[in-house]
Amino acid sequence: MAKTVVELQGCTREYGPVRAVDALDLAVLEGEFLSLLGPSGCGKTTTLNLIAGFVDPTAGRILIDGEDVTGRPAHLRGLGVVFQSYALFPHLTVFENVAFGLRERRVSGAEIDRKVAEALALVRLEGRERQRPAELSGGMQQRVALARALVYRPRVLLLDEPLAALDRKLREEMRDELRAIQRSVGITTVFVTHDQAEALGLSDRIAVMSHGRIEQLGAPREVYERPATRFVADFIGASTVLRGTARGADRVALGGAATVQVAVGRALRAGEELDLAIRPERLRLAAGPGDNVVEARIEGLVYQGAQTELTARLGDGQRMLVFVVEPAPMPLAVGQTVHFHLPADAFMLLARAGASA
Amino acid sequence: MLRLVVLALVAFMTLPTVVVIAVSFNPTAILSFPPAGFSWRWYVNVLTYPQFQRAALNSLLVTGGAVALALPIGTLAALALERGRLRAPNLWAALLLSPLVVPGVAAGLGFLILAAAAGLLRSRVVLIVAHVALVLPFVVRSVWVSVKNLDPTLERAAASLGATPWRIFFRVTLPLLRPGLFAALLFAVVVSANEFVVSLFISNRVTEILPVAMFSYVVNYTDPTIAALSSLFILTTFVLVWLADRYLGLGRVFLQH
Repeated sequence: MAKTVVELQGCTREYGPVRAVDALDLAVLEGEFLSLLGPSGCGKTTTLNLIAGFVDPTAGRILIDGEDVTGRPAHLRGLGVVFQSYALFPHLTVFENVAFGLRERRVSGAEIDRKVAEALALVRLEGRERQRPAELSGGMQQRVALARALVYRPRVLLLDEPLAALDRKLREEMRDELRAIQRSVGITTVFVTHDQAEALGLSDRIAVMSHGRIEQLGAPREVYERPATRFVADFIGASTVLRGTARGADRVALGGAATVQVAVGRALRAGEELDLAIRPERLRLAAGPGDNVVEARIEGLVYQGAQTELTARLGDGQRMLVFVVEPAPMPLAVGQTVHFHLPADAFMLLARAGASA
Repeated sequence: MLRLVVLALVAFMTLPTVVVIAVSFNPTAILSFPPAGFSWRWYVNVLTYPQFQRAALNSLLVTGGAVALALPIGTLAALALERGRLRAPNLWAALLLSPLVVPGVAAGLGFLILAAAAGLLRSRVVLIVAHVALVLPFVVRSVWVSVKNLDPTLERAAASLGATPWRIFFRVTLPLLRPGLFAALLFAVVVSANEFVVSLFISNRVTEILPVAMFSYVVNYTDPTIAALSSLFILTTFVLVWLADRYLGLGRVFLQH
């Protein structure tokens, strides 16, 4: 197993009565790209600030390479940070911005020239050395910020929503570039984002956060396909949560609607109350009744080009979200009753509050 | 119509200055307008009058000393007001800016009593201390605006890059406060150099600064020497403001709120 580079042990950070981070345990592994994903106020940025040393935990310990750095000021941690607002020094040229960390490390002039040139080449900004940050576009500024944070080879790269201020097209470009640079440098990276698509596309592992805690930590595919909690299922991708009662080891009655077969990785106890999530793209329109087929009445249709977003209500009143790939196999209309096939392996068993999954 | 109003306003504001400058070239020894001819004699008189020479030196020392002290003190005060997590920030701000609303006579009397108690009546130190207090509100105000515009993330970024708090202050904070510091410098110099009421209370013939010396002169003589000196004063201030605007962008300083 890979070596742990950053470790948070029972870290708590309170702001007055608010617990921004709540007894958090997290280990970041050598060379990995780990995302802290969650809605605003979930504690992801506070967690990053704890690692960076911008704020101190009110309880718990922070270790870097096994060494306790709790309470050590930011300038002695040797990490690289990229901020959402870029935070480039407006009074310095691009060259001096990138050289800033090297000068603080008393690197010789020739060495600074060489390393800055290298870093600017890495982010494809050769020839911009003498310009001021204000003369560059947002995307270029963010690349300068990245070069500035990477030039002195920090132990860990911390990214605080670095793409959020860019417009959509540029954001996608920068996302790919960021991933390529991180791969080529091989630097351990912690990435804070509220954008699930970014997290899924970039990360080796994702920590989904809510209320200062980690709801689930795992590879993107694992988090998407096997969400541990209702919060994760809701936050990452769209999903419908259906309530049901187990009728056997792999059979569940969905309210009064139908009994379906499920494959959720464990045997169910008959009579058990269950929350089952299902992704809208896993449901398929069926020609008629059959195994694992439910009947539902269409309540809403939103045509989106590549697909149609459809809401349907089951016989017992539970609502489902369905993505139908266009062109649809049959004409659809609100009020129409249709059949959906729910594959057994599409069901995801969610932990219920106060019960173990 | 609007143009006429503006023209009248400009005339109203600049007329006293124009009159003083015109009178300063009057060849006869009376303060009359319009001048009866053209002469440099009163300018020669200004530059050769020993009491003015002494007062000019005093002005340089007092204004220089006061500005040198007020700028760092005011900068730290502005930083404390914005960043210091003070218990009652508004109260502190009001106290720091209060010399603006205290009548000069009251302040002068206060400094006089304090100076007498401290046995410093014959010293320029009292003048410097008083001038620091008088220019501080202007310094604090100007720098405070720049502090408010300063993004704290920049200082965090510098820390993450390995800069100690001292290095952050000198490499990031101070350079970014430059517009406010220049405005503060300008205000402080102009206010201190023109200060009269308080200085009158706490100076004597040996320590008095130019405005006080000018007043003493007017009390005794009524020739255009004083108009010549005033003209020099106006010229100096004008050049100073023009330089500041030209090289430091005064417009930016005032419009950045």
